[in-house]
Amino acid sequence: MGIVFKPGEFRDYFRSETFRNDFTYRNSPEGIRRFPFPFDRDDYMYSVNMEPHVPGRKGSVFEHTFDVDEHYVSEMIDRAKVLAEDPLRCQSLPHMTLAGWDLLELIMESKAKEYPHWFSLTKDGDKWHWINRPLGIDQHFTFLDESTLPYGPFEYITRQTQGDFSLQDERDNDLWMDAGMITSQADWSLDFDIGMSFMEWHAPVPLAHEKGIFDRALKFLLKLQHGAPVRRFNWTMTVNPLLDTSPENYPKWGTMKTSLTPENLGDKMHLRVELQGLFRLPRSNAIAFSIRCYLGKFEELVTIPKWGRRLHRVVRDVHPDVAAYKGFLRNRDAMTAWLSTYDDGKPTSPGWWPED
Amino acid sequence: MSGGAKLLVRVAEVVVVNELIKRFRFVSRDGGPLPAFSGGAHTVVEMDDNGTRRLNPYSLMSSPQDVSGYEISVRRDDAGRGGSLFMHNHVKVGMEMVLSYPVNLFALDNRAKKHVMIAGGIGITPFLAQMAQLHHFGGKFELHYSARSRSLGAYMDRLAERYDSKVHFYFDEEKQAIDLSRILSMQPLGTHLYVCGPKGMINWVLSTASKMGWPEKALHHEEFLAPGTGKPFDVKLATSNKTITVGTAQSLLEAMEAAGVDAPYMCRGGACGQCETNVISCDGNILHRDHWLTEEEHAAGLKIMPCVSRFEGKSITIER
Repeated sequence: MGIVFKPGEFRDYFRSETFRNDFTYRNSPEGIRRFPFPFDRDDYMYSVNMEPHVPGRKGSVFEHTFDVDEHYVSEMIDRAKVLAEDPLRCQSLPHMTLAGWDLLELIMESKAKEYPHWFSLTKDGDKWHWINRPLGIDQHFTFLDESTLPYGPFEYITRQTQGDFSLQDERDNDLWMDAGMITSQADWSLDFDIGMSFMEWHAPVPLAHEKGIFDRALKFLLKLQHGAPVRRFNWTMTVNPLLDTSPENYPKWGTMKTSLTPENLGDKMHLRVELQGLFRLPRSNAIAFSIRCYLGKFEELVTIPKWGRRLHRVVRDVHPDVAAYKGFLRNRDAMTAWLSTYDDGKPTSPGWWPED
Repeated sequence: MSGGAKLLVRVAEVVVVNELIKRFRFVSRDGGPLPAFSGGAHTVVEMDDNGTRRLNPYSLMSSPQDVSGYEISVRRDDAGRGGSLFMHNHVKVGMEMVLSYPVNLFALDNRAKKHVMIAGGIGITPFLAQMAQLHHFGGKFELHYSARSRSLGAYMDRLAERYDSKVHFYFDEEKQAIDLSRILSMQPLGTHLYVCGPKGMINWVLSTASKMGWPEKALHHEEFLAPGTGKPFDVKLATSNKTITVGTAQSLLEAMEAAGVDAPYMCRGGACGQCETNVISCDGNILHRDHWLTEEEHAAGLKIMPCVSRFEGKSITIER
């Protein structure tokens, strides 16, 4: 046995915070500067907006294959709570086990290589040894032998990785959502969507179908190659730093949308950004979809003058159907009013980086 | 890069399998493991044939559990454009080559209760990897494999040894034929059928299964087309603002690449759709040879697959 590490050992870096009840979640000043602000211009409309998932700027959320940030330990604790209350947030149909191993291998290898101070993976043939120091995990197991892990491979690794994950099987020239770990979702349900095809699970999205976006996206994804992952942004708005905004729990969080006042808006209203990654998995030929959620308080984001100006313009001008689908139409006017204080009308530079 | 990520490999082994087939084993130049793959995947092998760049797809036949190397089998085609001849005559142990990452256009349906595989000749190769995968995970399968003669029945001995009664062999020379309707009539519900071999065999298997009421989605086939030869023709490339000539033994895709145009591709065999290109104007006939575009699209003439299709007539302009 190796050394066993205890959660909290890296408390100087990993914040201890909550995404429920007292909502102590916040970003450090460094966390704000590396926030993945999703708007590269002053307006927004749906687009396929995919780019190669290659290492990006040092310190940015694009630097690593799977970004591990200051919220890691607390997010994993929140995920465990969600799963304890509702085990159906993680499901994997029987034919997806191999894809689960693929994802486990991808995540373990990436993290061990990119964060060697926190994670380590050593292999002796199919006897693997995984150490996750921030979470205090030291695990010996046999690769491709489920009986040697406390959970199935997919659940095991996604309990240790920030962001939701779904696994898409490819058959009949289509993608099928046949597995998922979905505990920090923007109001959609794995239990409802599991087994659906690409067009079925995207059916509720407004406007984008008419633009042919999903036809093009599916065609693109069917040709996604191993070794050439891609990424894109999506975003919405969330009142209070809730990771779990699921339809299952709507009665708990839906009413929070009515709690905004001009005084508390900057603290309560969060831009919720999803950094989505798509990876072709080698052994199963499935596609892993990672949906990493970043929450930024309005009062944090406006400390970057460019983002304050731009967020105001986007929220003010976004198509009402998009605002309705993203669930902030009822608060849009209040948000626009609050943000207008941070928009002096000056032009903004192209791109999303804070300093450019 | 148009063809996706690349693997730098070295030839570790060249084995004469029979009078027509050679097997090649590639290992990573840095000595590390190669990426894992799924049964049915292929790789595109890049060849520098005396200045002519050739890129041919070959199915990976080694076990997907073995990432220490990849193996392919190449059947020599004396009348072909030269890719297989290059592999047979010039590729030696120790040579450095470049492969594409594996791509799978012939994947197993992992939901299937059972997999029935029909192979003809060199069409056995993707099944070798698929059977290794199914064998490892305990999947149910049976193989029916026909070859011209016993001496051309590549890998039959090792298949018989490993899989015993799950594999069945047939020899044209001995007037043995796969009794397809009987085999198909005996399968449990939820069986998927896979075929890889000559075009005539693929058509026969698919149409027989269809006539017997097999669901379309339970039928899988793979057929790589060699680009084929033809008369030379000129093509105007609108985006690049170039006019190129496609030679007799060259594909349109190869001619574009030779002219320095970075065109997208993946399988280079008319199957994957990656190189689909819009036709802006066309005075003549497009000789469609792919099986990606639908019959309607072939008739409409607004798209062309440059990896295999050609042109005959006065002039053609494509969006590239």
